[in-house]
Amino acid sequence: MLLSLNPLPEAILDVRGLKVAYGPVEALKGIDLSVRKGQIVTLLGANGAGKSSTLNAIVGLIGKKAGNILFKGRDVASLSPERIVRMGMTLTPEGRRIFPSLSVDEHLLLGGAAHSSRSSIREVREDMLERFPILRERLHQKAGSLSGGEQQMLAIARSMMSSPELLLMDEPSLGLAPQVVDLIFDLIIGLRDRGLTILLVEQNVSLSLEVADYGYVMANGRIVLSGTADELRNSTEVQGAYLGA
Amino acid sequence: MDMFLQQLVNALSLGGTYALLALGLAVVFSIMGLINFAHGELMTAAGYGLIFSLLLGVPFALALPAAVVVAILLAVLMERVAFRSVRGASGTTLLLTSFAVSAIIRVLFQNFISARPMAVRIPMALSGTIEIAGLHLGIIQAISILVTIAMLVGLNLFLHRTVLGRAMRAAAEDFAIVRLMGIRANAVVATAFAISGLLAGVAGVLWVAQRGSVDPLMGFLPVLKAFIAAIIGGLGSLSGAVAGGFLLGFTEVFLQAFLPESLLSYRDAFAIILVIAVLLYAPQGLLARRTVVKL
Repeated sequence: MLLSLNPLPEAILDVRGLKVAYGPVEALKGIDLSVRKGQIVTLLGANGAGKSSTLNAIVGLIGKKAGNILFKGRDVASLSPERIVRMGMTLTPEGRRIFPSLSVDEHLLLGGAAHSSRSSIREVREDMLERFPILRERLHQKAGSLSGGEQQMLAIARSMMSSPELLLMDEPSLGLAPQVVDLIFDLIIGLRDRGLTILLVEQNVSLSLEVADYGYVMANGRIVLSGTADELRNSTEVQGAYLGA
Repeated sequence: MDMFLQQLVNALSLGGTYALLALGLAVVFSIMGLINFAHGELMTAAGYGLIFSLLLGVPFALALPAAVVVAILLAVLMERVAFRSVRGASGTTLLLTSFAVSAIIRVLFQNFISARPMAVRIPMALSGTIEIAGLHLGIIQAISILVTIAMLVGLNLFLHRTVLGRAMRAAAEDFAIVRLMGIRANAVVATAFAISGLLAGVAGVLWVAQRGSVDPLMGFLPVLKAFIAAIIGGLGSLSGAVAGGFLLGFTEVFLQAFLPESLLSYRDAFAIILVIAVLLYAPQGLLARRTVVKL
């Protein structure tokens, strides 16, 4: 009951009027969204709605865009991805995008490249290996030889090596076996409980609304609906379009 | 038998030079999808660096590294001035830009230095031969083989043991993701160019040491050969470039040595036939790799 007296945590990310075009095609037609500290916010929508474009634009991988992206109060819309990552935000990309010929350990060391000292890299690496014991077993294997689930864990661990405050995740469960999907979602909850803020794009709508605090629904490059996870779960639009009710 | 061993040394020495040049082309291509036809000018620049260092009275032992440094600086400058603004552009744009850079630098050499070959005074100690187990080895050839080995080992260590080296290997597979590690794209690309300059500089110095002269067009033929070597090996594959370089070197030297005299003028034609045969059998090259070049 004290809960209602707590003010909402402050926004760590505030996106205002974000527009992206690929040539003549407008992929994002003015997105507004905000992500509050310590929360999991999910971005739902059909294929081609613009979810991946939104994440890629926020983290700087799409350079040409209009609008404001306030991260920790600072507009990062014109910054390069490497600058943004060093400020504490990163992306676990769709399709995992691991480096097939590099070893697991090399992924972790590269992921930590932004740290200023070797000892802090070693510390975070040890932390990741504790969190992902399977990666310790595979430490010197080439990443291309890992299973899909192991590659996804490696991709998340690689992102976490930069010690982000905000992690954008693009389809982390895509193409994984059901029990591995559960594992990944347990992991996402674990990361949130440790204080990480997460902006999650997921195909699996019911699972992502289960773990999320807040959500946005996109269609044709716009936000068409937003609300707490409970509100979205109970809305007729979301039920009709995504939950098959 | 002696004849065979002698030719083996020649092949190793020539193949090593091709390998260094092909490796320089491959390092840059693997990172940014650019076939740098101005690579030959880096070799030439190293040659002029050697000549002018010697003219300034720098001792030979110091003029060699100075010449290599000239090639490295020119490579980095090339990237900064010409290639950075077209990064991520189509392969054709990159290729035409590199032709332009090559032509401009060549004209500068012709107009401001000399259109004619300039002689380099190679110390007597280097121009002799040494005898090992009855074999007469050219000292420069022996040095050239040793230097090639040292460069290959050094580059391998750099690529596997350092952050920038690992970042370069990763960038060859997926550049965008490397940036998501907080690693500066500009640093990775500049390092790739510096390495290609280093390799071209070393190859240039070895080339000049064997020929004894430098001219503005000096780099053209060896880099053309290196390009063929890189294609044989699979463009963008580093080990492929080295394998292709040695294969081409061996082919040329052994054709030269063992073809009947009446066919000798067709040596290069035979070498190219071999290249075509390799590509018919493996269109992607011997050690092809998947390249994702996205910035």
